[in-house]
Amino acid sequence: MTSSDIPEGSQALDSHTVVGQTLASSAATRPPLVTQLHDWVTTVDHKRVGLLYLMMSLMFMVFGGIEALIIRVQLWTANNTLVEAETFNQLFTMHGTTMIFFVVMPMIAGFANFLVPLMIGARDVAFPRLNALGFWLSLMGGCTLYLSYFTGKGLLGGGSAPDVGWFAYAPLTSPAYSVGSSTDYWIVGTAISGIGTIAFAVNTIATIVTMRAPGMLISKVPLFVWMMLITSFMILLAFPPLTAAQVMLLMDRHMGAHFFDTQAGGSALLWQHLFWFFGHPEVYILALPAFGIISEIVPVFSRKVIFGYASVAMSSAAIGVIGSSVWAHHMFTVGMSDSLDAFFSATSFLIAVPTGIKVLNWTATLYGGQLRLRTPMLFALGFLGMFLMGGLTGIMLAAVPVDWQISDSYFLVGHFHYVLFGGSLFALMGGVYYWFPKATGRMLDDRLGKLNFWLQFIGFNLLFGPMHISGILGMPRRVYTYQPGQGWEIWNQISTVGGFIMGLAFLTLFWNLAKSLRSGKPAGDDPWDAWTLEWMTSSPPAAYNFEEIPTVRSRRPLWDLKHPEDPDWKHE
Amino acid sequence: MSSGATGVAEVAKTLDGIDCRNETGWTAAKVGMAAFLFSEAVFFTTLLIGYITFLGAEMSGPTPGQSLNLEIAIINSVFLIPSSFTMMLAVRAFGRGKLGGFTFWMFATIALGIGFLGGTAYEWRELIWVDGLTISRNVFGTTYFTLIGFHATHVTVGMLLMAMLVWRARRGQMSAKSEAPELLSWYWHLVDTVWLAIVLVVYVLGH
Repeated sequence: MTSSDIPEGSQALDSHTVVGQTLASSAATRPPLVTQLHDWVTTVDHKRVGLLYLMMSLMFMVFGGIEALIIRVQLWTANNTLVEAETFNQLFTMHGTTMIFFVVMPMIAGFANFLVPLMIGARDVAFPRLNALGFWLSLMGGCTLYLSYFTGKGLLGGGSAPDVGWFAYAPLTSPAYSVGSSTDYWIVGTAISGIGTIAFAVNTIATIVTMRAPGMLISKVPLFVWMMLITSFMILLAFPPLTAAQVMLLMDRHMGAHFFDTQAGGSALLWQHLFWFFGHPEVYILALPAFGIISEIVPVFSRKVIFGYASVAMSSAAIGVIGSSVWAHHMFTVGMSDSLDAFFSATSFLIAVPTGIKVLNWTATLYGGQLRLRTPMLFALGFLGMFLMGGLTGIMLAAVPVDWQISDSYFLVGHFHYVLFGGSLFALMGGVYYWFPKATGRMLDDRLGKLNFWLQFIGFNLLFGPMHISGILGMPRRVYTYQPGQGWEIWNQISTVGGFIMGLAFLTLFWNLAKSLRSGKPAGDDPWDAWTLEWMTSSPPAAYNFEEIPTVRSRRPLWDLKHPEDPDWKHE
Repeated sequence: MSSGATGVAEVAKTLDGIDCRNETGWTAAKVGMAAFLFSEAVFFTTLLIGYITFLGAEMSGPTPGQSLNLEIAIINSVFLIPSSFTMMLAVRAFGRGKLGGFTFWMFATIALGIGFLGGTAYEWRELIWVDGLTISRNVFGTTYFTLIGFHATHVTVGMLLMAMLVWRARRGQMSAKSEAPELLSWYWHLVDTVWLAIVLVVYVLGH
């Protein structure tokens, strides 16, 4: 194998190479600050686009986190008057929209961008400029949403954030009930970022299908890559209906159309179907990449091969298929027919099977392994427990009679935070600790990392655990306050304390990131003694990723390289 | 790989000579275009489902039966369906390096597209000014104009892209190996397929 196939346009990447190496070399070679910033803005390098996505995600995480904390303080005690009802509606709308569309989605896109080409031994993604466009659309979508704080009431009316909830049910969004333009900011902001997400998915699929290193069959790609492939297909299936629904809503609001206008023969229920046809696959779009991260971290920190590679990949494909036919379990309470209820209940139970298979895979990988309890592994183990909890309460909610009782209560809020926060975000945080050394060339501080994990783990369970109880006691979600004497205060107060402990956890994370970026231990190429291709190249990788495109013979190419006497391909 | 022990030839041998990097044999551009067109198909499917959902739900006229004209749909189809064949001929001419043939068949496709848009414009004029059907008149108007409008927009975008390709090809800015004509033809065939679905749903079944 020679390096004769350096990609076209490598000259154009030279200036980036210099920047990428400054951490390793002396600061004297660093170009002026404005040049560096300019390079970031104009970059099409997949690693930098990935890091931009991650920085965007952290920025919006601060916004969404502050909104959540204000919600928690408002609910500290009965009849609290910190914020008014209207403000409270805006807070939970912005919190949900921000966390789904502008925190977890860009974080996933960031990881995928940074890692997929490195893991498959490619020099960049298939469409680097489309990739950059996808990022800028996502960022602009987020900025559009937050612009509503300044201009949501129209040019002269001052600010007003959207207050229709993150799923923006009709008829709350109709011109009669949503005066001003705040709902339009919601529609346009999420639609723009949705188009960016479709661009991201197109690019990811083309990259994985056509750009793998010699020998890397689709049956040998790292599981994270498998998960991103399935996730990208789900994006292509789930986002266009959302875009179409948003177009319909804009037409309703501005052109007098009647899609969701029940009084004129339209259907408010159609919005729910279209939104959840996006919204439920979206849950798996947010969860599958997390499964991928766990499937990378758990084997490396157990010093074992993943148990059942094929069943992890195939059960995820099954999730992709079944996950596209469960959406109406969000709508049991709207009064669909019994047969529809039964169908969507059955598919929702069914999806627990492929999900359970994966939990079994990870647990079996842990079993008998030499566990190294470093920070990434702690987050992975935290994920396993928390995600399992979220899955179990999910099975409860899939039973229609149970759902009728506790839907739209705090039980539901607890459930989906265990899935999306305890599941997705714990895994993504583990990913930050795992791949930060590769991206920056420096280790994150392990002691601060462990502090971060324990604060987050304890804070998380204090925050969301009691919600199951307050929900069963009858507390509805989205109420801005409540009457005393219903036994809800204590659970809300535990939640609020947990919320602030989580706030501390994130401060620890930000402190750790800032500190380690300046003075973290040098990482070297392969600090975890891992087995996938991204650890074969330098940290941070050069703009062209690999001096020589590696040749792959097994699922653990780096193991083969380190152990020529007992390579994996003899056993696979 | 620093070991150097595993060359491409050896790997190819162990994998029975399969080019294992890309099981599809498609280029990145083709895979990307296919993925994008899949998302387009899902988008139009959603609009079609919206149309079907509201069939017969209008609370006042005009209804599809009162206002839609199957003849216009047939005339429009006579423009749009052959345009897929002229498109195919354009791609074939490009592949054989015949710039003249490419230009001719591309313009033929554009001309057919203009004919289609003319038919749609005539239909809309009748609907709006004769039948009084607008997007806000009833749910039929709402779903009809949204669906047909998005389709016609896609036809227009396709024609602009064709004109751009011809312009670039004649200025010598396109490599003979460029996949752009073929990829655009995929897009055009999808737009054509969506039209067939619209004829079936809107003009035949829903009539």
